[in-house]
Amino acid sequence: MNGPGAGYAFVRLLERDLVLAVRNRGELANPLLFYVIVATLFPLGVTSDPKTLATMAAGVLWIAALLATLLSLDNLFRSDFDDGTLELMMLSPCPTTLLVLAKVLAHWLVTGLPLLVATPLLAVLMAVPEAARWTLWLTLLLGTPVLSLVGGIGVALTVGLRRGGALLSLLVLPLYVPVLIFGANAVGATAAGLPVTGQLLMLCAFLVLALSLAPVATAAALRISID
Amino acid sequence: MLSAAELACFRGDRLLFQALSFAVNAGQALQIRGPNGCGKTTLLRILCGLTLPESGEIRWCGRALRAGDPDFLRELRYVGHSDGVKLVLTPRENLRIAMALHSVVEEAQLESALERLGLGQFMDVPCRTLSAGQRRRVALARLTLGSGRLWLLDEPFTALDRDASDTVRALIETHLAAGGCAVLTSHQPIGIDAGRSASIELTS
Amino acid sequence: MWTFLHKLGSPRHFYRISGGMLPWLAWTTALLMAAGLYGGLVLAPPDYQQGESYRIIFIHVPSAWMSLFVYVIMAAAGAVGLVWRIKLADVMAAASAPLGASFTFLALVTGSLWGKPMWGTYWVWDARLTSELVLLFLYFGVMGLHAAIEDKRTASRAAAVLALVGVVNIPIIHYSVEWWSTLHQGPTVTKFDAPSIHLSMLVPLLLMALAFKLYYVTVLLMRARSEVLERERSSAWVRELARGT
Repeated sequence: MNGPGAGYAFVRLLERDLVLAVRNRGELANPLLFYVIVATLFPLGVTSDPKTLATMAAGVLWIAALLATLLSLDNLFRSDFDDGTLELMMLSPCPTTLLVLAKVLAHWLVTGLPLLVATPLLAVLMAVPEAARWTLWLTLLLGTPVLSLVGGIGVALTVGLRRGGALLSLLVLPLYVPVLIFGANAVGATAAGLPVTGQLLMLCAFLVLALSLAPVATAAALRISID
Repeated sequence: MLSAAELACFRGDRLLFQALSFAVNAGQALQIRGPNGCGKTTLLRILCGLTLPESGEIRWCGRALRAGDPDFLRELRYVGHSDGVKLVLTPRENLRIAMALHSVVEEAQLESALERLGLGQFMDVPCRTLSAGQRRRVALARLTLGSGRLWLLDEPFTALDRDASDTVRALIETHLAAGGCAVLTSHQPIGIDAGRSASIELTS
Repeated sequence: MWTFLHKLGSPRHFYRISGGMLPWLAWTTALLMAAGLYGGLVLAPPDYQQGESYRIIFIHVPSAWMSLFVYVIMAAAGAVGLVWRIKLADVMAAASAPLGASFTFLALVTGSLWGKPMWGTYWVWDARLTSELVLLFLYFGVMGLHAAIEDKRTASRAAAVLALVGVVNIPIIHYSVEWWSTLHQGPTVTKFDAPSIHLSMLVPLLLMALAFKLYYVTVLLMRARSEVLERERSSAWVRELARGT
């Protein structure tokens, strides 16, 4: 089944999830708006002094992106679980890990990618030094897929629960710590004129690790949740 | 073809069934009967591997099954308690993704499947606008995609009108005549002739 | 050997055998702990730099070791339960989570108490303390998942997957936090594992570590026994047991 059949299923499932996202347009913008609003609140709550803002901007934007992803994660498997489509996925002869990957990719395209589009704008609002804007964008590009992939495990574990929301953040947020550390730190380092290749390579490593292991864990978790 | 040996299943503390053994041969339909809450749906989910039994094993063509065995899943068509139909998608789109998941690629099968279940004029309207019975038919249309030798049907006749019930019955009979087998839950008689069908009764 | 293991794996035999082991384990734990505490609090000399306050390491270090150790045991037991469907492994994993969380909590509290005389404040974002804090969250996640899923069997399997994900992540988190911490405040003063620890301190420390391990085993068995009874409450042998008393 690892021939064209599985690849075909992957593409079709990805396509279906994108179509679903477009048809539920109303929800499409929510994570993005959340990201923008949370980032806007920080200058109001802390200070509008560009110097102070610049030092905390990377952290703020990273945490906002992290929370925006967390907020949108519930959609990943919820509706499939409710209407029985998830059962069909589990009963497909195609490897479940591959189908999970298609769904996570769709999730990232719908939620992670818009965040990346909005980031340059927010970087200006948050007074991120010009030199560091590119790094910020790059870390988010490498980091947000990891957030979606790792988050998928958490959703898969809690999808059978009626009130899984708070639990989901408890499960997922500690796992986000390394990505947050390296992502936010790289921005600060660039601003200070230091090389950031190390941090970026670490993020790449996280991405590769998450790509290879998270779908396996997610598939196992789904199998358990659906029992 | 499909057999179960010494199955036992608990739901929480409650024993649903134990020491349950049966076999379904090619060309045969097995009806699982019993009152609400006796574990019909659970048994069906155990047969397709969605639920783990407490003990016992399922054999397919003489081979013990493990969860996620692709050779078995290729042969399996399952219509569960929930339809597995996305309401914002049209029947055509719903079936297309089901086909992809079963690695069936021929587009022509799709329309004939929907037409057989009387959904010819509704192929391209969102399933949201369809009635419960029509959504059930979209789910049942999945049965005829490709060639699955094992059909597992959870209450296939719920929400169907008499015509649709007859159609589904005819589908099952054709399937059996072609050497397939089916396991279905239903609390009413299924109207498939006795030579081809057997039944087991679960008690609560 | 194999049949013995298999026998031990059955809840009924586990209950019987562990019942016989418990008093021995409990007494050994108590003795070791008493010896360790005496050695650490009375016999060992005060540290020439830190004075008396260093003595908290006799609690802090063993509990920090245990916090990681228990997590690994919990994940391993969970994996065994997941793959071979051994009920007892599920029970062990479930019983380990709150114990591990307690050790982690103890390590955090003693760490911050020790921090007061050392750093002049109860909390600094020291790499070890931060890692322990994240570890505590990971434990809470496992416990939360256990509590949230009604069906015990499903809960055990789900928690096992989470624990395994955690095990893969712990080294990454630990390394990241360490890297982050050295970057932000320079090398920390936490130098417990300095190579030149005097024998009079090392011996009680090892005694305490052993005592903590045995304490864990003792309480784990106690918790597992009651968990086994609860999970098997509808089985014949538990009913027999209940009738007997």
